[in-house]
Parts: sequence; C-alpha cells; structure tokens
Amino acid sequence: MSATGFSNANSTAASGGAAALLEIENLGKRFGGFVALENIALSVPAGERLGLIGPNGSGKSTLVNCICGTLHNEHGIVQFDGQRVDGLRAHQRTHLGLARSFQLPRPFVSLTLAENIRIPLLYTVARRGGGHHGGHEIEERCAALLRQVGLGDKARRLPRDLTQVEMRKLELARAMAAEPKLLIADEAMAGLTHSEIEDILSLLIRLNEQGVTIILIEHIMSAVMRFSRRLVVLVSGRKIADGMPDEVMRDPEVERAYLGQ
Amino acid sequence: MRTPLFLLIWLAVSAAVFAASVWLGNDYIFFACYVVLQYVVLGTAWNILGGYCGYVNFGSAAFFALGAYSTVAIYQLTRENEFYGLPIPVLMLIGGIVSGIVGFGMGYLTLRLRGAFFAIATLALAVVLQTLVVNWDYVGGSRGAYIIRPEQIEPIGNYIRYLFLLMLLLAVAAITIARLIEHSRLGYGFASIRDDELAAEASGVPTLRLKLIATTISGALMGMAGAPFPYYIGYLQPSSTFGLDYAVNSIAMPLIGGTTSWIGPLIGALLLGSLQQIATVTISSAVNLLIVGFVLVIFVIIAPNGIVGLIHTYLQRKPEDFVGRRQVEAELPGRVQ
Amino acid sequence: MVFSFDLFINAVVSGILIGGFYAGVTSGLSLSFGILDIVNIAHPAFIILGSYIAYICNATLGVDPILAAIAVMPVFYVLGSGIYQIYYVSFEKRGQESLRGLAFFFGLLFITEVTLVLYFGVDYRYVEAPYIGPSLHVAQLDLPLRILVPCVVSLLMTAGLQIFLTRSFLGRAVMAVAQDQLALRLMAVDPIRIKRIAFGISIATASLAGAFLIIIQPVEPSVGREYIGRIFAICVLGGMGSLPGTVIAAMLLGIVESLTSTFYGPSWAPAVSFGFLLLTLAVRPAGLLGR
Repeated sequence: MSATGFSNANSTAASGGAAALLEIENLGKRFGGFVALENIALSVPAGERLGLIGPNGSGKSTLVNCICGTLHNEHGIVQFDGQRVDGLRAHQRTHLGLARSFQLPRPFVSLTLAENIRIPLLYTVARRGGGHHGGHEIEERCAALLRQVGLGDKARRLPRDLTQVEMRKLELARAMAAEPKLLIADEAMAGLTHSEIEDILSLLIRLNEQGVTIILIEHIMSAVMRFSRRLVVLVSGRKIADGMPDEVMRDPEVERAYLGQ
Repeated sequence: MRTPLFLLIWLAVSAAVFAASVWLGNDYIFFACYVVLQYVVLGTAWNILGGYCGYVNFGSAAFFALGAYSTVAIYQLTRENEFYGLPIPVLMLIGGIVSGIVGFGMGYLTLRLRGAFFAIATLALAVVLQTLVVNWDYVGGSRGAYIIRPEQIEPIGNYIRYLFLLMLLLAVAAITIARLIEHSRLGYGFASIRDDELAAEASGVPTLRLKLIATTISGALMGMAGAPFPYYIGYLQPSSTFGLDYAVNSIAMPLIGGTTSWIGPLIGALLLGSLQQIATVTISSAVNLLIVGFVLVIFVIIAPNGIVGLIHTYLQRKPEDFVGRRQVEAELPGRVQ
Repeated sequence: MVFSFDLFINAVVSGILIGGFYAGVTSGLSLSFGILDIVNIAHPAFIILGSYIAYICNATLGVDPILAAIAVMPVFYVLGSGIYQIYYVSFEKRGQESLRGLAFFFGLLFITEVTLVLYFGVDYRYVEAPYIGPSLHVAQLDLPLRILVPCVVSLLMTAGLQIFLTRSFLGRAVMAVAQDQLALRLMAVDPIRIKRIAFGISIATASLAGAFLIIIQPVEPSVGREYIGRIFAICVLGGMGSLPGTVIAAMLLGIVESLTSTFYGPSWAPAVSFGFLLLTLAVRPAGLLGR
C-alpha cells in the first residue's frame, strides 16, 4: 500500500466495496511547458467496462502511456492490483497484468503474425510461471488468438501484407496474448466497418465475461455507449465527468466541452 | 536442425579446412585465413547487437583491442615474474571476460540512448578507451608493444597454424552461439526490440536486460577474437589496433552478407575478407578500405538485406522450380517453425 | 605541470580561437544532424576534401585558400544535394535510415579518405598565405593569425548561416521541415526539396571548413577521424541544431582541450572531446540550449 495511507475508500461508493484494480490519484504529466494531464483521479474496479472519451488532444493516449509505463508521470500515484506501479518499467507492468493496444499499430515488422503474438506469450505468460510451455502449445495458442480476431488464415504472413484494419486487429490480439487482467484498447475500431466493429465489440465483451477488465478508448460513440458500463470524459488533460454513460452524456459541461459526436 | 548437429557439422568442416591448409603447406594461407576468420568472429559478434537488436556499434575496435591488450598486460606480467606464459585459450577466455565486462558497462551507460546517439556514444567510448591505453605505459603506450611469438607448439608444430586452429574453433563457436540465440526466446526478444522497442516493452520484453545481454555477448566475442592477436602480429600499435578499420569491417560484413541470420556475417566475412586479402597482395593494403567502403555503400543501397536477402528474393520468385511454396516458407533461415 | 597565469590565459584564449574554428566546422553538421536528423558521419571527410582542394588551388595557382574554398562551394553544394537525393531514395523513403543510412555515410567516409590517400599519399600538406606565421601580440596574449583569421571567418560563416535560417524564407522552411513536414506540404512546399537544399548547404560549409583546417594545421587524409567525435560532441552539447548553442559548445570544448593539452599533454586531447560527448549524452542529451 502507498505511504500516504491511501485506501480504496473512494472507490467503495462506486463499486459497492470491491477493491479497485486500477487506482489513479492526482496524476500529472507535462511536456516542457505544455500540461498534457492534470490532477487525474480514476478508480477502476475489477471486471469493469470503462469507456474513455474526449476530443482529439485531450490526453487520452498520454493517460494510457502513463498508466502502462511508456511515459513517466511527474506526479501522482498509479496503483494496479494493490501495488504501486508508477515507478515500474512498462514490461514489468505488463507482467503484472496490464496490457494495451497502440492507437497507431506498432507491429513487429520482420516477424510473421504468429510470431508477433508469440512475443507476449514468451515474455509475459511464460514468465508468470506455470512451467515451460512446449513449442507446439505456444503455436496453438498463437493460432487460436489470431482466429479470434479473424486473422487465422494470415498467421504466416508479415505485417506489411496487412490492411490498416487488419493491423488494428493484430494490435488487439497481441495485447490479448499477454493474458492481462486489465486491457486498454486504444482506438482499436477506427476505420472498421459496422460488422467488424460488432466483431471486435463481441470479442471484448466475451473477454470481459472471462474476467478481463477493459478500458475502451474510442471515438465511435455507438460502440462506446453500448460497451461501457461507466464513462469517463477527458478534456484538455482534465477529467470532467465520470459516471453512468447516460448521465454523463446528458451532463451540460460534457455537451459544451466535447463537441465531437 | 538441432544445435549439437549444427556444431558437429561445422567442426567437421573446420577439420577439413585445417587439413586442407596443412596439406597446401603455404604458411601465408594461415596468415591470411587467420584474418578472415577473425572477421567472421567480429562480424558475427557485431551482428548480435547490430543485426538482431538493431543497435549499431561503432566501437568494435575497442572490444577487439581490449582483448589484445589484456594479453599484452598478462604477457608483461608473466615475463616480469619469470612465469611461464599463459596458454592462448586461457588468454582468450580472459580477453572475453574483460571485453564482456566492458561491453556490459558500455551498455549500461549508453543503451538508454536512441539509435544514432547510441552509435555515436559507442564511437566516443572507443576513443576514450584508446586514449587510456595509449597513455598506459605498462602496455607500451603509444610506442606499441612487442610480443615474442614462440616458434613451435606441440602437437601442431608451427605456431601460426596453432593460432589459425584456435581462430577456426572460435569462429565455429561464434556462429553456433549466434544460431543458438536466433532460434531461442532470446532471439525473438532481440527481433522485437529491433522492430519496435516500445511495443516490445509493452509486450513484456525486458528490453534493457536483453540489450545488456547482447552487448555483453557481443563484446566478449570480440575480446576473444582480439586476445591471440598480439601473438599473431608480433608488434601491437594502439592506433591501428583501435582503428576505425575494424569498425567498418565489422559493420560492412554483416550488412553485405545479411543481418537477420548467422549466415550473413559468415558470408560477408568470407567474401569481403578474402577480397581484401587478395587486394593486399596484388595491389596495396590501402585499397582494402576503399573496397570495403564501395561494397558497403553499393550493397546498402541496392541490396539492403544483403546477400541472404538476395537469395530469399530469388527463392521466392521461383518456388515452383524447387519445392512447394509451403516448403520454401518453412526453410526461410532464422525463423523457428 | 608548472602553472603560470600567462600560460593559462594563453591557453584559454587559444581555446576560444580554436573554438570559433570548431563552430564553423560543426555548423554544417548542426544543419544536417541537428536539424534534419541525418547522421552524416562522413562530414569530416568532406572537410578534408575541402582542405585538399584548397591545397591544390594554393599550391598550383597561389590562390588564397579561403577564397579558393568559397569559389568551390557551389560544387560542394551540388555534391551535397546529389548525396542527399541518393540517401533519400535509398533510405529515408524506405524508413531504413537508422542502420543503413548510417552505414552509407560510414562507407562514404572511407571511400573519400582512401581515395585521398591513394591520390595524395599520407604526407602532411599545408598551405601558404600571408597570415600564416605572424602573430598578433596584445598585452600578454599571443594570437597567431593563422588561427585568428579562420576563427573570425568561421564565426562570420556561422552567423551568416544563422541569419539565413532565421530570416530568409528558405531558411525558415528548413527549420520548419524538421518540425512538421505535413504542414509544409500543405503550404505547397516540397519538404524533400528543402532538405536537399539544406544538405547541400551543409556540405558547402565543409568546403570552407576545410580551408580553415588546412590553414590552422597541416592535413593528411586520416585527420578527419579526429573530428568525428569533436563535431558530434559540439553538435549534441550545443543543443542539436541551435547555432548559437554550437558556438558556445565549440568554445567550451576548445578551451577544455587547450587547457588539457597545455597542462597534461596533447596525448590526452582526443579523450577530452569524446569524453565531453559521452558526458553530454549521459547527462543531458538535449544539450546546453536544447531543443
């Protein structure tokens, strides 16, 4: 627990007593003179389906980067699964169960799709114990994961042969391969057709039913509204709303600040 | 192919090569081939950090020279104390350890830097090390150091042949290590770092740790290659031992051969090394670097994936002529199936 | 090590003068590496090339080296533009500039150096000019003109470059291309053309820098290697593309090198510049006046 004696009291009201999986307190991040995030507080209980929305440049991706360790926050505390993580490196947070997909896909370009999926399996899942997995078993799991996102027949291809949309699916599959407790999907649905959005949505819902907490960052409002049980709005680096999706969308401040629709 | 089999095959090849050169009887062959084999080791070592991980090391000469100067230091020590000189394999081990530690240290200092800055930092480190050695009179300083090479060693006979044999074995060890890495989890980790370090971290790859492993192994191998060098050359001079020539060769050979697999540095070293040896004899030794420079520039522009890459492309163009497409994909070097 | 104030002051002043020269030498790299992010490790080779051209003009035609270098600058500009075009098509476009682009320039470095060796041999070459030899004496200070003149012209060149970058449309386009290529395109300016021009200018400065070099010291082909570390150290320390920063960093390096050389001996001098570089990279990669 943190030295400030911070407890999960704040989250009990929202989640009815369950301990928060992700607890963020007073998070701040600046780039030189530019304040990207200010005084962000967030509590995400296990099993939550959280939607995170906000105009472009509001700091959503910066927040994700700070949570996951790609960037380091200047102040504030990030607690994951009862442990303070804001000093840890990104790969350590992934080992603890925090995974994310990148907004702009970052595949391993010289590896096949199957090998792309293999990396988190080798370095995260295998490291968590449970013994050494046989090579064949790993291959099976890679193939299964790729099938889940609809890329099963492209396992032997290289990322450069993929369309943008397929690359987003690979991003998601790679994050899923790390068997996370919390998955942050950063604009995984941009550019997808209606049926593809449905596929991804049902995939995420299924994951959630299996116990994975999900934070969905999206601009596609229909998907966000359907998926989220709770909605957080970020504008200019500050959190301006946090609650049930319907209530949040009716909030006049949200309407005023967030003109995107 | 399993590693022990790989090792066995190459040991057999080495035995054949050694036997052939003994039969040919010309001592110059041993001298020349020693240099080529040295480059096989240097190129392979460089490629572990440069090709597999994507971190360009300009300081190859420093690790090589440290191995050489460790030998010189020990030579002085044993000579002063009327001690019988240490056998070369032990010297190689020591050289490897020294350079490995320095590699680790260098990595620790510089691996947080992105691409170009890392490369420049390695260059800087090499010169700093060179200056330290040049100012250390115990190993001869700028005047250089003389090593007296024994004439014979049982049971091989000619000392040069002995050195050649050792370098041959080291080369086999180097490519075996490289191949081992490639087909292991470490190799995948390296590739992920090369392709996208940020995504690798996010996927759970401990990037700093892996990079440190790479610099340590790379440095150690280079040090091992440098350890016998004083005995080979007889007179060690800092300016040439630390020279950029080693840097450009250890970069050029993997780039020309192909950086994604253990085969690349081998092909590059054999081809380019032999070319340089021939040029030294027929034209002049200064031309060597011109050749390296030209071949490097041309290959890097036209064939970015090196000779291995060219072979890939050729194979993929006409798979029907050889085997089925699946078979071709399964045989792509460097990838675990 | 005898410490005398006279010696100290002269070492410092000498360092400042050399620093001015270093600034000019580095300004081209500040443009190509600092602003355009092109790791032109072959920059010293072009400087040496400039030295040899100045030498030829001076030895055969008796022309002043600096004037000769200025006359040759357009040729260097064209050379630079051509090299950039190859670099762009082969590497930047393919996204492979980190390893292969670096190797490309490394190869160019060697090709240039060895070609010069084959053509001119390894003898040291020097130039003759009326200001090589005499010194200015001001109070206790000893200012050799052969360092003072290049220093002054070098600083003028650097100032000229700075004015170009900050005041002219083309110059500001160069600064812009480093920051936002898309915005430039939207303004109907071709970023590739801008970068080509900028790189051409960068190599053109090498011509003059070469003249400065051969005035200050005799030159042989491998002298360029000493400068690789120096100019990268100054470029990084000076903030990667900030010309004022480059000047300050250059003078700092010049002073430290001079003091080290005077009181500890010249064999430690290379370690100084490279050590500086390491320190900067380790502690503050953004340099003194960083971007």
